[in-house]
Amino acid sequence: MKDSEGIVIPKNYLFGETPEDALPLDCGKKLYPVNIRYETYGHLDENGKNAILILHALSGDAHVAGHHKEDDKKPGWWNEMVGPGKPFDTKKYFIVCSNIIGGCSGSTGPRSVNPATGKRYNMTFPVITIADMVRAQRRLMEHLGIKKWLTIAGGSMGGMQALEWAFSYPECVQSVIAIATTSRLSPQSIAFDWVGREAIMSDPNWQNGNYEDTLPEKGLSTARMLAHITYLSDEAMYRKFGRKLQESETYSFDFTRDFAVESYLEYQGHQFVERFDANSYLYITRAMDYFDVSAKTGGNLTKAFSGIESQFLVVSFTSDWLFPTYQSKDIITALLNNGKDATYCDISSSYGHDAFLLEVDTLGRLISDFTHNQYMEALNG
Amino acid sequence: MVEKLRQNLSRRSDLVIIADIIPKDVRILDLGCGEGTLLRLLKHEKNVRGLGVEISQSKILESVEGGINVIHCDLNEGLSLFADNSFDFVVLSQTLQALKNPDLVMSEMVRVGKKGIISFINIGYFMARFQLLLRGKMPETKTIPHPWYNTPNIHLATIRDFRELCSERKLKIDMEIPTGSTFDIFAGIWPNLFAQNCVFVISKE
Repeated sequence: MKDSEGIVIPKNYLFGETPEDALPLDCGKKLYPVNIRYETYGHLDENGKNAILILHALSGDAHVAGHHKEDDKKPGWWNEMVGPGKPFDTKKYFIVCSNIIGGCSGSTGPRSVNPATGKRYNMTFPVITIADMVRAQRRLMEHLGIKKWLTIAGGSMGGMQALEWAFSYPECVQSVIAIATTSRLSPQSIAFDWVGREAIMSDPNWQNGNYEDTLPEKGLSTARMLAHITYLSDEAMYRKFGRKLQESETYSFDFTRDFAVESYLEYQGHQFVERFDANSYLYITRAMDYFDVSAKTGGNLTKAFSGIESQFLVVSFTSDWLFPTYQSKDIITALLNNGKDATYCDISSSYGHDAFLLEVDTLGRLISDFTHNQYMEALNG
Repeated sequence: MVEKLRQNLSRRSDLVIIADIIPKDVRILDLGCGEGTLLRLLKHEKNVRGLGVEISQSKILESVEGGINVIHCDLNEGLSLFADNSFDFVVLSQTLQALKNPDLVMSEMVRVGKKGIISFINIGYFMARFQLLLRGKMPETKTIPHPWYNTPNIHLATIRDFRELCSERKLKIDMEIPTGSTFDIFAGIWPNLFAQNCVFVISKE
């Protein structure tokens, strides 16, 4: 098995069993109790200096590497990056990955049962933010006895959480690896999120979020298909599908699927419905919409970054048009304007936004060297 | 460690000079830092806080491996990422001649840093002159080995050209250190004729 992490057992951390211990949220409400599903890999050093937090993107989960069962078809979502001898070397580092609150892969989210009513939260679940997700992760950090993260890494929405950590808890974050991400969601991305949510909410099976046996499959798969297009690039699609027809040699002259790209999207949509929840999709995309680290400084990014203490590795990809290069450069400019040093690489790739999962070699080398240097600094500092 | 880094640098006489000029404990920006050789030496030898700028992805990876902070950026797009006066020194070594707008980058260097250090190949070097004068051909030398139609060096200049540009753009020349591999004494006396390279330290007038 190329995957060398082996079998991983997911864990749960439950907190907030009393209102006093609740998780305060940006919207003003409180969430309790809160379960966090997480996985860990490797071992925490005696000096506690080798802890790394990996944060997942919209549709990810706590299962970043290895397998849950021997016969699992797929390993964790970043298996190429996390494992013994891999860039996030589990022989060297203690790696933590948790499912975000609001998600649907074990942590408390809209489909969880509200103990106050005995029913699923559904649309009564409070609207959460990226900062709320991070606040919950902070509780997990405490629970695990970690004082400071050597590095916090994430791509896309995972990168937003990584940034948010450096803003919310600067003393807890030695370094940040922000990949294919942004310091504030662009109107273009907000627009895509809106259309995705519209697709879900206009599915009659959605029933104001109170679906049970019949799921809003059509709406969720449409949202996923739309989003999936934004993760690719024109070049990647040309290369992968061209104008190839899926089954027949000729056009069908009706509106069933003809093209390979149509078939691919349909497949992606179907797959997604089986593993993801429609209400979670609404809540998580909303959290991304609200993400703007410069909100408190009137849009001034330089001012917003003035309290940052962490060191940064920022990576973008040339063909990513969902989180384009300029958004990473904005982060770099804000850091430099505050006299902070940082490393930035715009990796040449045709994969689009998905490159953060696919450009394993170049990204892996950057991560491995940057993290190693941070680790040496932590040990000598 | 420092000896080994010094040794790596020894092939580039201009970098050795630059490493000697830069004082301890300063903040420097190295434009076109390559694999970060200069910054690594200065970090260990002089406790310099360095940041590199590089366009080549593979060189960025090398720099990061060596523990150097580096920003992926095309110098031809200017230095808008960097704030005024945010560095003590801004270094540009043997890159000036490959820039689309060398004059603009020079102005940017003294905006971003207190001083700019520039090294470049002197096309006024006598071997280069002879090729043009006697053979009637564009010069090809050890330091400029490319044929005229395929060269990154699109803005070659002589030491005198450089001085003139500085005076025109109101840039003060604080230091001028000509180097030549075999004619060092002559290079000191007639730099424009005998220096293969020259290191200039400039600042705002």
